[in-house]
Amino acid sequence: MIPLIIGISIVSYAIIILAPGDPAKLLADPEKMTAESYAAMRAELGLDDPGPVRYAKTMASLFTGDLRSFRTQQRVVDAIGERLPTTLALGTLAIVFGLVLGTLIGAVQAIKPYSRLDDLGTLLSLTGFSLPHFWFALMLVMLFGVRLHWLPSSGIRPVTSNSWNPLEMAPYLVMPTVVLGTGLLAYVARFMRSSMLEALAQDYVRTARSKGLREQAVVVRHVLRNSLLPIITIAGFLLPLLIGGAVVVEYVFALPGMGRLAVDAVFARDYPVILTITMFSGIAVMLGNLVADVLYAVADPRIRYG
Amino acid sequence: MADVAAAITVATRPVERARPRRRGLVLRLAGNQRVVVGFAVLLLMFLVAIFAAQLAPYDPNAQTLTARLGPPDASHPFGSDQLGRDVLSRVIWGSRVSLGVGFSSVAITIVIGTAIGVAAGYRGGWVDSALMRFVDVFISIPVFMLLLTIVAIYGSNVPLLITFIGVSAFPGAARIVRAEVLSLMPREFIAASRVIGASPLRIMVRHLLPNLVPIIVVSATLRVGAAILTEAGLSYFGLGVPPPAPTWGGMVADGRTSLDVAWWVSTFPGVALLVVVIATNLVGDGLRDVFDPRRAHLT
Repeated sequence: MIPLIIGISIVSYAIIILAPGDPAKLLADPEKMTAESYAAMRAELGLDDPGPVRYAKTMASLFTGDLRSFRTQQRVVDAIGERLPTTLALGTLAIVFGLVLGTLIGAVQAIKPYSRLDDLGTLLSLTGFSLPHFWFALMLVMLFGVRLHWLPSSGIRPVTSNSWNPLEMAPYLVMPTVVLGTGLLAYVARFMRSSMLEALAQDYVRTARSKGLREQAVVVRHVLRNSLLPIITIAGFLLPLLIGGAVVVEYVFALPGMGRLAVDAVFARDYPVILTITMFSGIAVMLGNLVADVLYAVADPRIRYG
Repeated sequence: MADVAAAITVATRPVERARPRRRGLVLRLAGNQRVVVGFAVLLLMFLVAIFAAQLAPYDPNAQTLTARLGPPDASHPFGSDQLGRDVLSRVIWGSRVSLGVGFSSVAITIVIGTAIGVAAGYRGGWVDSALMRFVDVFISIPVFMLLLTIVAIYGSNVPLLITFIGVSAFPGAARIVRAEVLSLMPREFIAASRVIGASPLRIMVRHLLPNLVPIIVVSATLRVGAAILTEAGLSYFGLGVPPPAPTWGGMVADGRTSLDVAWWVSTFPGVALLVVVIATNLVGDGLRDVFDPRRAHLT
């Protein structure tokens, strides 16, 4: 796990350090820049140190929280701290949306396989993961924002407000949640359908049926519970998808989240911010996988690790 | 056991064994609805891309300032954009970038993924551990963000985009190939060829690789859709193929500012994108059914 974090940090850092261009020239005011101020800037940014030393210094300042944005001079940890709640809110809503609707659709499909309803579900999930997020978002904005005026097209709360009032924010989060959640829904529905079909073919289902249980009881008590378990295993796989999607969704809907911060940093070549967000997401994905493994072992006593 | 016997036969007499099997495969593919529908759509799109110059009614970059944001009509079936360019012609030309980048980048993904997967699975031990830790690192970093950064820093043109997108997807491919190699390693035909003194390279190329073809073909097909979406996403951010070259992602972005007055600018390129990606995913799903009938009912 520690080696993995080091690996993630090296990759995140390597991409940036190998970049062409001189950050000192990028930052300094070209009109006032003298040879001395340029040298001072390079020294301040630590650009004259050899690669491994720069890496070690950067990582040290990152973990002590001293790393600052090139652009705003704000501490990167503070910048992320400000943006994280928005992304977490959006991510949680999307996960709930995707999981609830996805398992529901998958379950309905599995109960009546090869029916019209099953075909409809298959088409829905196929479309769901073939949809480009950015386009789907714009289409929703055009329909529900621009034409019908039902929902606000951008931002996370009214411009006059500054609070975390869920009632005020709800209309702003509907479209972003649907866009981000639809991709997840598609994967979950697919996975749920196959997991449930597998469960339906098990011996205990035959036993339950032959002892005269109603079909509803068989499905709800025996099949559903056992087919929900494997869903945990795809949680780790869905997290990177969610983070990538959040970047796009926050950009399109102008939500002040971490994804938006990442895009702004990329365009401004604000390397400390890019580095921290890349590492942060990498570690989040890694932890997500770990939690999924542990949860799975807890939920299914047959699974034992190492 | 039948599989093992067949595999050994393939290893010793490839020519005689291959023919009837291939005929069966074509028939099975032709009998799969998803493959046929998806393949037909893809074929059509490829023809559009190849004959773009003949099919497009206008020059995709010709600006007619009097026809800015013109609605769809007989002369411009998909309308025109904010610079008065014909949207239909741009959608037609845009297919070249999407299909070209999508398919070529997956070729890169497959080559790297197969090489790493086969090496890790065949050698096992520390080689396997080292390679898989390497893969774990890249699987943890969200790909789209990584690509945004790389393309923003290093710039982009078509060959670079193909390379970046292709390389970025390698971890998934490597994992799938490795898992399949691990399941093949204990089989008798591998032991048999070892016993007759085949070199590791020969075993990998002649015995492992042919057995990996189904899983590689399926996962490659399913990756094409994702690669096309990635390219379009980068273009949407203005980080793909530089303008004025028409790309579907870039065209959707062009329509952003005129959603209230000109719905057609963003809508049509997105529909094209959706159709192509659905088609590749249909083919991928169908191929999986055909290659893996035991699990077909589950997917």
